[in-house]
Amino acid sequence: MEAVINIPISQTAKESVTAEQMIVFEDVSKFYGEILGVNRVNLQIAPGITSLVGPNGSGKTTLMNLMTGLIQPTRGRVKVLDYSANDPEIFFRKVGYCSQFDSFPAGHTGYEFVYSYLRVHGYAKNDADRMTARAIERVGLTEAAKRKVAGYSKGMRQRIRLAQSIAHQPSVIVLDEPLNGLDPMARAEAIRLFRELADEGLHLIISSHILHEVNKMSDRVIFIKEGYIKAEGEVQGVRNELEEHPLQIVVRCDQPSFLATKLFAEPHIVEVHIHDDRKGLFVKTRNTDKFYDLLNRVVVTSDLNIETVATVDNDLNAVYHYLIGARQEGE
Amino acid sequence: MNAVAIEAPTLGSGWSLWRRQIAGILRLEIKKNFLSKRALPMYLLAAIPVVIMMMLALFDRGMRRGVRTNFAEAMIVFSNLHEGLILRTVIFFGCAWIFMNLFRGEVVDKSLHYYFLSAVKREVLVVGKYLSGLIASCTLFLLTTAGALFFLYLPRGVQANLDYIFNGPGWAQITDYLGITILACVGYGALFMVIGLFFRNPIIPALFVYGWEWLNFLLPPMLKKISIIHYLHSLVPVPVNEGPLAIIGEPTPQWIAITGMLIVTAIVLFLASMRIRRMEIHYGGE
Repeated sequence: MEAVINIPISQTAKESVTAEQMIVFEDVSKFYGEILGVNRVNLQIAPGITSLVGPNGSGKTTLMNLMTGLIQPTRGRVKVLDYSANDPEIFFRKVGYCSQFDSFPAGHTGYEFVYSYLRVHGYAKNDADRMTARAIERVGLTEAAKRKVAGYSKGMRQRIRLAQSIAHQPSVIVLDEPLNGLDPMARAEAIRLFRELADEGLHLIISSHILHEVNKMSDRVIFIKEGYIKAEGEVQGVRNELEEHPLQIVVRCDQPSFLATKLFAEPHIVEVHIHDDRKGLFVKTRNTDKFYDLLNRVVVTSDLNIETVATVDNDLNAVYHYLIGARQEGE
Repeated sequence: MNAVAIEAPTLGSGWSLWRRQIAGILRLEIKKNFLSKRALPMYLLAAIPVVIMMMLALFDRGMRRGVRTNFAEAMIVFSNLHEGLILRTVIFFGCAWIFMNLFRGEVVDKSLHYYFLSAVKREVLVVGKYLSGLIASCTLFLLTTAGALFFLYLPRGVQANLDYIFNGPGWAQITDYLGITILACVGYGALFMVIGLFFRNPIIPALFVYGWEWLNFLLPPMLKKISIIHYLHSLVPVPVNEGPLAIIGEPTPQWIAITGMLIVTAIVLFLASMRIRRMEIHYGGE
């Protein structure tokens, strides 16, 4: 088994939050008969937006189902804000889950769907009415709320399920592919809502196939493949730890040969190619910080003029490619 | 989409919370299962004995004459109809449909997770769902029994019926039949809810139970007691002749029959609670 890259990017957050504010997986494994769901998962997730990325069947939904008690771990234990799903009366006041199951109780309007389960929680009529209206407003479905869910489009069904999962104002919201079926406008709106909820101090655990959107909204990412956590942390931190994949940087400048000479003297530089037009170079380095230090020194001590500096592979797509092995669907 | 933080109202705890949660479950279940088109076959099933009795009362001269001249014999005919058609068929299959679907139907519809993700103890969920089934089945099958009795009494005329009900055995018989109907719903309901929870395909065990209940008259006395129909049979006000092949057993005293049924129901519900506590959501495997 490969070592898990655990980047303490959320270190500052983790240091300032207590176990009562974390989602904790302790050596959690889940097997479906002989089939592996997830294996030996150890995670501590701080508030903010945490995205789960990995190919289909990698174990993302299993992790989410374990987090929300829909399935029980074969081994280990899961605590959310120090609560266990075995005590649902307390646990689910804190946790909301918008699962991927696109199904609804028969015959309900969007409003009745959200309202009915708030009553099941035990909220009084007036409170349930107010909370339902608020949740539906948050997802932008007020006008369609009185229509039967059976007549909704896929995007509307996605949004009403989102409303149902946040209606009781949980502290932890788990969202399995919440952007599926939404048009671009609704996706942008959903991401804005997620950001606002995270800024209020909530936990949002989101799985998504759309890497550029994950990149845009996430505070940290958990990479999962074949049931194993491959890495977790902020994308940049995870990227820096991938030593077998030196970071690729393009520098456009007026003296690429001079810069190349300086770079070759550094042990962390793996490769340098001067562009054909001799107005830039392509660099591979194992240590980004040292590279930028050197670049600064060269600029200060010489008459080198730099037009642009750009990293080629330090985004989520590249990290995903290196860790998981192939681009995600839809990318 | 916009976000405005508001404080969630407090829910409280204990009996007051559980009562509100059960009321919420009842509201949802009744609307979902009993006030929708999918309940139509159940209503049709429940109407069969009433329609039969209505046809006899309105169109069968022999039956009308028999009811007017020899009501005791008419009651025996009714007692056979009640046990053979209402208890063993209508209530049996009606309860099977209602109670097996309480959980199994939600698994098939892939909507059980909404309950499991609510802040409700799973034991409270079992009680809420069971009560919703009980309310629906009792309402429906009490109407069936009452409707059948109404058409039995109809040919006698108002005055004769009032005399029979208030100055004769009529009132006791009516309450007995209605009480037996409720007990049947209580017993079969609990049994079928558990079958729906423990078996992926509950039809086969339900058919086994159906056969067992029908063959109850052939069973030795000890085995007779492992059935619901035996206790219900012990409570009928007008005895039913089970035929020449029947192995006659000592009828169970009324108080034991009722208490026993309620105790067995409580045990079965406890088993259901244990099962539901450990239940996981795996719709894909259903």
